[in-house]
Amino acid sequence: MKFNPPLTIEETQKGLLKKDFSAVDLVDSYLDRIKKYDKNLNAIITLAEDSAYEKAKKVDRLISDYKENAFKDYPLLGVVVIHKDMFLTKGIRTTAASNVLKDYIPSYSATTVKKFDAAGCITLAKANCDAWAHGSSGENSDFGPTKNPWNENFVAGGSSSGSAASLAANYCLIATGTDTCGSVRVPANFCGVVGLKPTYGSVSRYGVIAMASSLDSVGHFSRTVEDSRKIFEVTKGEDGLDATLKNSNIILDKSKITVGIPKEFFVKGLDKDVEKGVFAAINLLKKKGINFKEVSLPHTKYGISVYYIIQPAEVSSNLGRYDGIRFGDEREVFGDEAKRRIMLGTYVLSAGYYDAYYNQAMKVRSIIIKEVDNVFKDVDALIAPVAPTNAFKLGEKTNNPLSMYLTDIYAATANLTGIPSIAIPYGFSKNRLPLGFQIMAPKFSEDMLVSLGKMFQQEISWKPEVPNI
Amino acid sequence: MTDLTNKDISHIADLAKLNLNSHEIVKFKKQLSDIIGYVSHLKEVETSNVEPTSQTTNLKDVTRDDAANSQNSLTQDEALSGTEETHNGYFKVSAILEKDK
Repeated sequence: MKFNPPLTIEETQKGLLKKDFSAVDLVDSYLDRIKKYDKNLNAIITLAEDSAYEKAKKVDRLISDYKENAFKDYPLLGVVVIHKDMFLTKGIRTTAASNVLKDYIPSYSATTVKKFDAAGCITLAKANCDAWAHGSSGENSDFGPTKNPWNENFVAGGSSSGSAASLAANYCLIATGTDTCGSVRVPANFCGVVGLKPTYGSVSRYGVIAMASSLDSVGHFSRTVEDSRKIFEVTKGEDGLDATLKNSNIILDKSKITVGIPKEFFVKGLDKDVEKGVFAAINLLKKKGINFKEVSLPHTKYGISVYYIIQPAEVSSNLGRYDGIRFGDEREVFGDEAKRRIMLGTYVLSAGYYDAYYNQAMKVRSIIIKEVDNVFKDVDALIAPVAPTNAFKLGEKTNNPLSMYLTDIYAATANLTGIPSIAIPYGFSKNRLPLGFQIMAPKFSEDMLVSLGKMFQQEISWKPEVPNI
Repeated sequence: MTDLTNKDISHIADLAKLNLNSHEIVKFKKQLSDIIGYVSHLKEVETSNVEPTSQTTNLKDVTRDDAANSQNSLTQDEALSGTEETHNGYFKVSAILEKDK
């Protein structure tokens, strides 16, 4: 049976329990949509049809045998997931969207992939992205750019382009991504879905291809904040394999919540539609009794520069392992963007430049962290735009790497400081492309992001939408 | 503005084990000069009394028991499954040392 699958975990699991449809029907329907639309959208690199059907049959058996109890043991039972092609999936090709790994089949799975499997998820496919997660638009993929399901002349945002587009196009119920400087939040924002970048150190990066190790966080896409919470419950926590992890969960018990509006995020270069959208969201949250207050983070303007020194430095080190011997192809197969970042990183770390660039960037990072810590003594969260504009046209920035890099100017703060941030869709621009905003909170305060996000989605009676493709 | 030379680009590429053709050298020279020029505004920040941050977790010396874990080990075949050339169960690599001539 083929149909348009429901858009939330709750509706999907209710439908499965009531036998309105089976998990096999879900896989049939998602695959049907992928086959219909993906020649054009190019959100998918590899399909995992056989293993998806096998797992779907197992899910159907579990529901037949244990009814509602099955959902207690497997919180994401029947949830069809598409993984960004940076996540190792045992037996399923994993490319990082680079020709270097075009034939690579991993012999183990990432911790998060294992956790999704154990929670009852069905892995359907691997999603396109900027090669090695280097990019803000999805156009750096060696497998071609992903198009925005809302308008195919526009980018889906990057680097987790295929994950966000897959969700917007209803190829799956949830999707995974990595966020090193906005790579979950920017595509979520451009495609009109919810994207969570958790606290650095809350979700395991084991088995996820490393980009910049002091900044990488493993996040996910969903259509509602409540679903984002359900997914985070599964993915978070120590695994004994990623040494940066800490089990921590800060719950603020406070009757009056104050959210800061950092004035440096609302400066020249910010699109008027985007700015209006953020302030409309602020007004809606005010109605729910949230306090707002202008705050200042004067070193925000240095964030993207700090990022474009530290990140390439770490990239040049992490991509050093690709020598064509143990797996993958030779280094000459790297695309332009990987070569640029490897060289930039090599330069800022090289003798004579280390102090001027790398060490100085690490020091300015300390200043940015201190500034954010101080602001959080005064406010419980921050609200800001995700990017200076909404989705831009394919090809618009590909010849100018610097202008592409500036797409992530508002994303850098969360990655440099390690704090969590959630991108929430709200409204559309005049040309009917999604708009939205991000909320940031202190480390391990995902609970604050979820309560503010859910409050917002309740206030606007949020109903996820699928565009006409 | 920072102006990198062709020689700088070749040197960096050499350090990074990348082989660039002359067209790439010219292209990357312009792009990398632009980017380095942009990030150079960090020099204006006063940092003489600031410690650098290399990671944000505040965790230190995270260890585990020094014991084999069969759940997270690969068999020899699995470990070799990504390579095209093996020899007697080893990775085959090009020689890096030469005999005295």
